[in-house]
Amino acid sequence: MKQSSKYLKACIVMFLIFLYAPAFLLPIFSFNDSKVIAFPLSGFSTVWFEQLLYEDTLHDALRNSLFIAVSSSILATVFGTLVARASSRYQFFGQRASVTFILVPLILPEIILGVCLLTVLIQLGLNLNLWTVVLGHTLLITPFSTLIMVSAFNNLDISLEEASLDLGMSAVQTFRLIILPMVSPGLISSLLIGFVISLDEFIIAFFLTGVEPTLPVYIWAQFRFPAKLPSTMALGTILLIVSLILVSLFEYFRRRIELYNHYSMELDKK
Amino acid sequence: MTNGGGIQEGNIVDLISIQKTFDRIKAVNNVSIGIKEGEFFSLLGPSGCGKTTLLRVIAGFEVPEMGDVLINDKVVNSVPPNKRPTNMVFQNYAIFPHLNVAENVGYGLRNSKLDKNLLQKRVRETLNLVGLDGFDNRSSTALSGGQRQRVALARALILKPRVLLLDEPLSALDKNLREQMQFELRQLQKSVGITFVLVTHDQTEALTMSDRVGVMFDGNVDQVATPEEIYNKPRTKRVASFIGSMNFFDAEVSASQGNSIIALNHNLGKIRLKKESVFGMEGSKLSVGIRPEKFKLISNDNKKAGRAVSAIVYEKSFLGQTKLFNLRFKDGENVITVSTSDLKNAPNPHIGDEVKFIWDEEDLVGFYEE
Repeated sequence: MKQSSKYLKACIVMFLIFLYAPAFLLPIFSFNDSKVIAFPLSGFSTVWFEQLLYEDTLHDALRNSLFIAVSSSILATVFGTLVARASSRYQFFGQRASVTFILVPLILPEIILGVCLLTVLIQLGLNLNLWTVVLGHTLLITPFSTLIMVSAFNNLDISLEEASLDLGMSAVQTFRLIILPMVSPGLISSLLIGFVISLDEFIIAFFLTGVEPTLPVYIWAQFRFPAKLPSTMALGTILLIVSLILVSLFEYFRRRIELYNHYSMELDKK
Repeated sequence: MTNGGGIQEGNIVDLISIQKTFDRIKAVNNVSIGIKEGEFFSLLGPSGCGKTTLLRVIAGFEVPEMGDVLINDKVVNSVPPNKRPTNMVFQNYAIFPHLNVAENVGYGLRNSKLDKNLLQKRVRETLNLVGLDGFDNRSSTALSGGQRQRVALARALILKPRVLLLDEPLSALDKNLREQMQFELRQLQKSVGITFVLVTHDQTEALTMSDRVGVMFDGNVDQVATPEEIYNKPRTKRVASFIGSMNFFDAEVSASQGNSIIALNHNLGKIRLKKESVFGMEGSKLSVGIRPEKFKLISNDNKKAGRAVSAIVYEKSFLGQTKLFNLRFKDGENVITVSTSDLKNAPNPHIGDEVKFIWDEEDLVGFYEE
């Protein structure tokens, strides 16, 4: 028993090293006082971060990415909420099938999705711009939002809504006072995960972006200039930290859903 | 069948020929019930009998396809739940987990434009009424089952409804707490004077708490009466067997004499029943029912021994206040149960002994069989 738990611990440690070691190289080299990305380290420096402040194309790309991430995560969360509400409260033909079909983009390779979207947009005669990327990212994020919102709505006990109506509140009041607060952890985690996915996404953005690159597309373009590599790593470090914060927040709110879930399950047991 | 229907003076709720169907199954089938102002009324029946549906029809959550719902003599068929003078205590209590106790209790007063102090006072008074003094700021997720139920009660009572609807409110509680809450609910109902309509599958609960009980089976109401009447004069065989325990004997109707009906059973012999205690569509076959405690065991030297019936004890159990004997007739067929609470004087036969027993004809009920 003891022996096997020791092996288990060793496995977990190895796994974590394997998973996170590459990511740790980012901050290490971004603070290194050398243009060459190699050991041994030559000295501490924040020069690569300072350089980022003067890259105008980087700032444009960042602005583009933020616009796309905010727009597409909001759009996807709205869609996901509507799907979740419909599937949890109403009976209609093709109810299960429709939810399943919305989840399909999850398993579709992004490159296929990107090519298809590009073909459709060109056929429609639309110009590629930030909105076409928003469109692509919304398509990509909606399955995640749907999954999160379905779980948020499924744990919303219908008798809570009925109790609110019974106590004299209108449907609109019930939505504002009961439904919205109860699913708000879901809404927030859907927005967060959508934001992170969109911010990091490269392939679809690469296909659908016009003359205005997103951050990942900008980074990809930077690899042509070896001199820019250390500052790209500095940018990567910042992105890593932002993503970590956002994912932690997402996890916090996801646990809030589970807390409500747990509470209502406990009620059912009693 | 008379089941308390029809509009009467003093009724707060009138259900007239209510029908409600789910997936082609009639959950409620042509039910008419009148509920009197200020009474404690219970809807009793096995699960799936339509009692909860009927309660939800009164609350306005279900709209019947046929029939009328009257509350306070007004037809409310198309009135939504938030506009009805009824409030409900849900089976799982439906406490809002994101609001604290005081916010839960004061929830229904949000639209009432009461000023903050007055609202707080009302909340405190109502919490006091249900025995939750000082729970105002408690998180609603940190409550026990019994406390949740009290919050649900307070939340409904604070609106001073004309009718309080309770959907199996005690089924989630453990036995001791349940018994205590039965008593408290009854006291509460008497002190606030609001009409309570309780749905339950627990016959003891219905009989001990209610002024009147409506017994439901398969979407139909078989009988609406006081607990005593339901117990002593059940109208249908399924009411008789659902409430308490009852021995049944098949008998052939042989004659009708004045106020009595004479029937024959091969083990009990000639049975005389009062006509008013025989129910159903008249026929030749009768099912005769008698409660176990209505049989009296007698000793051989008793002067009534002449008209007694004898049987053999094949099982006996001691239940504290009562003793239960399972008897079998000599032909080995019928098994009947006799209980006695007079432990001192009644005969105490052993297993295998032959015993004699008698009964009073007014304790018999009969149901014609189709």
